[in-house]
Amino acid sequence: MADTLKKTLDPQLNRRGFIKGCTMAAAALGLSETMVPKLVEAATSAQRPPVVWLHFQECTGCTETLLRASHPDLARLLLDVISLDYHETVMAAAGHQAEQLLHDTIKNHEGKFLLIVEGGIPLAEDGIYCKIAGKTAKDILAEVAPKSAAVIAIGACAAFGGIQAAKPNPTGAVGVRDLVTDKPVINISGCPFNPISLLGTILHYLTFNRLPELDSLGRPLFAYGRRIHDHCERRAHFDEGRFVEQFGDDFHKQGYCLYKVGCKGPETFANCPSVRFNNVDVWPVSVGHGCVGCTEPNFWDTMTPFYDRLPNVSIPATGIVEDADSVGRKVLGVTAAAIGIHAAVGVGKRLVKGKGKSEE
Amino acid sequence: MSERIVIDPVTRIEGHLKIEVEINNGVVTDAWSSGTLFRGIETILKGREPEEAWLLTQRLCGVCTYIHGVSSVRSVENALGLSVPQNARLVRNLLTGGLYVHDHPVHFYHLSALDWVDIVSALSASPAATESLAYSLSPNAPAIDFAATQVDLRSFVDSGKLGPFAGGYWGHSAYTLSPEENLLFAAHYLHALRQQVKAGRMHAIFGGKNPHVQSLRVGGVTCKDEITSSRISQFRNILNEMRHFIDTIYLPDVQHLATAYPDWAGIGGFKNYLAFGEFQMSDSDPGELFLPCGVIMNKNIDQIEDVMLGQINEHVQHSWYEGNTARYPQNGETVPNYTGYDTADRYSWLKAPRYNGQPMEVGPLARVLVAYGLGQPQVVAAVDQFLNAANLTIADMHSTMGRAAARAIETKVIADQMGAWLDQLKRGATAMVSTSIPATASGFGLNEAPRGALGHWINIEGGKIGNYQMVVPSTWNLGPRCASGDRGPVEEALIGTPVVDAEKPIEILRIVHSYDPCIACAVHVTDNDRDSHYIVKAV
Ligand code: SF4
Repeated sequence: MADTLKKTLDPQLNRRGFIKGCTMAAAALGLSETMVPKLVEAATSAQRPPVVWLHFQECTGCTETLLRASHPDLARLLLDVISLDYHETVMAAAGHQAEQLLHDTIKNHEGKFLLIVEGGIPLAEDGIYCKIAGKTAKDILAEVAPKSAAVIAIGACAAFGGIQAAKPNPTGAVGVRDLVTDKPVINISGCPFNPISLLGTILHYLTFNRLPELDSLGRPLFAYGRRIHDHCERRAHFDEGRFVEQFGDDFHKQGYCLYKVGCKGPETFANCPSVRFNNVDVWPVSVGHGCVGCTEPNFWDTMTPFYDRLPNVSIPATGIVEDADSVGRKVLGVTAAAIGIHAAVGVGKRLVKGKGKSEE
Repeated sequence: MSERIVIDPVTRIEGHLKIEVEINNGVVTDAWSSGTLFRGIETILKGREPEEAWLLTQRLCGVCTYIHGVSSVRSVENALGLSVPQNARLVRNLLTGGLYVHDHPVHFYHLSALDWVDIVSALSASPAATESLAYSLSPNAPAIDFAATQVDLRSFVDSGKLGPFAGGYWGHSAYTLSPEENLLFAAHYLHALRQQVKAGRMHAIFGGKNPHVQSLRVGGVTCKDEITSSRISQFRNILNEMRHFIDTIYLPDVQHLATAYPDWAGIGGFKNYLAFGEFQMSDSDPGELFLPCGVIMNKNIDQIEDVMLGQINEHVQHSWYEGNTARYPQNGETVPNYTGYDTADRYSWLKAPRYNGQPMEVGPLARVLVAYGLGQPQVVAAVDQFLNAANLTIADMHSTMGRAAARAIETKVIADQMGAWLDQLKRGATAMVSTSIPATASGFGLNEAPRGALGHWINIEGGKIGNYQMVVPSTWNLGPRCASGDRGPVEEALIGTPVVDAEKPIEILRIVHSYDPCIACAVHVTDNDRDSHYIVKAV
């Protein structure tokens, strides 16, 4: 396969990481390998569709994820694949010039640019909790989204409101789909998302001129169609009833299933166990921590407490259905809590000294 | 003549920030820094489990990912009186170190370099002359094809789609580098973009992913099984490649920039510094730190004082929060009350933390000056070498350029130390102690984020989070005036700055960016016609 590609395609493209990237994307998209040249062609067409990336209530973790993309890396993505016309974290322009660019892009590419939104949109008190250039996030979205070709809501915040929307949602934060109803909105959820899911979506869009198939929550099926639990390397332990009972115990050391210490894999849909992260073959479960369900709507409320087991999960080996009532925090024997609280800690060779005598 | 200009959004930062300055005869005479985003995380934390707070607080910032997680875990460990096993301490040091090694070069090349480097000018450079320049600055640097970079840039520009390079202040008289210098930095901008992808992998190896690692836990780390020979050597390979990058590209570039813009070693400085210190060196004494803590007042690095936490108060007189009582963070309140943008009254979502009533700069420069003043040997050596090479003195460090220098210096010092922590990791050793949350307790977790001193304060009530307050670096640096009306550090640092062209206030961006703001917003320049006695210009 790789040989065929090398013959049919410019070796320059290979060096730039496109063949690898498009092969990975084709696999992620569930496309046949014969589609790879088509993806490469679309990715390098020199059309470079304009992209506007807006930031609202967010932590910039999704932008950092974009920075971490490889095959192709961001440099090639910017130089060859897309034209990133507005992105506040990387753009040279500031202030007035930045605003001008936004307006120009919208005007000159009306109906053609791809809008990517990072961050939730606060609606409480008329949106005063997030203002850019004197305008609320809500107004900016209402101005830009209708003129786009399609909207990608990137990450948990833009997709479903994210952490700021967690109870009691003090700023009234919502996701893009709650506001934009007259344009296709695709949710690439996750906190943050996996770069391959974004790349796959963009390549699909460039190659077929339409968005990939979505699930009922607006997520592309190619990335969110499979349950974490069904593709987890610890699944055999789950099936045999071998569980970590508490963090750091012998079972944890054996790499047993993390269900009882809170893993949300049984109710979470994402490609983490198969595509993994950062090209070093890792994901949360591989480093001994349960899945927290970050691709699911409102997971900050529906998946918490994160370290308690999910109720109503059937365990094959025993056939027991755990119900919510039996979920309880285990009392773990530790003496540390009995030790007095010291507000004074030494820092460096010197001392950061605590507040009052009462706390000393 | 007096005029006011507003930059909103300020771009190439994390978060949403607006900067307003008053300019008289081409010099900044007053300044206001306004955070325009509020997310309410403190409120959301109330009533949740103390052990899972770290997963939420990590989402404060995806740029300084991890660090808010570890502060939170430490605050609970402090409340419980726990100390963590050696492997956990070392993994945490490696994760924190990995963050610095990733984040500082990204700040230099991708967030701040475009304030100094004219990308368009790079098109007229001679690639051959650029190559000799690169060789003269750093003979051991990895070979870079400057001609190819120029071709890439040219086809980029010729396509008419400049992407992120559109709308810059290109051609501004404040850009004084030669075309070859500009091409060199442009090529390194792209090189560093690839390098940071690899740096992020150090985090992923022991953290499961980056950004937002998932291997922390109150009592230690969960990644015990990943502490294997192959993972350690994988980590070490990336680390060594990063060290080579730091020594042969990043540090020489910052040194060269300092030489090329000597004036900026005298502009944009501040005087008071606060560092909590970081990198625990001992399992028995959490106070033994690789980079020490300390307080510097009035630039006096010969007299470094202890940090007294009780001296920290957060003011809200000029912020959009209820009341005007300055409070110690443990008893802090975060009750939003937006009253409109008014520089004479309340104008920011940031609070104004003060130490002993004084505004304090936190961050790389604070850490480096405290360590230098206390004679930390690796820091002293790296600072002296830098100053020598850039033909500067220690007094020049209190400046915009000093911040860029301190960032590069500490990146080197930390990266050079990380190999020792890798060596000390013990395969198979325990990495976690078990915990149980008491009904009532309180604690704090201190830390150094890449952007500066960071503190989390937790009160546990009924086994749940009763109150949770955070004082973050950008609040120290970019917060508004305090109750007595004194400006915050960035506001003060802007005073006296010459601005050649108020339409293109690049000088202001240089200073603001030197603090590496992390507010999760951007700055745009807007109209402000509220003050009729000023001529207000939209920049
Ligand atoms: S519960 Fe979690 S750790 Fe266990 S098999 Fe399912 S996804 Fe894997």
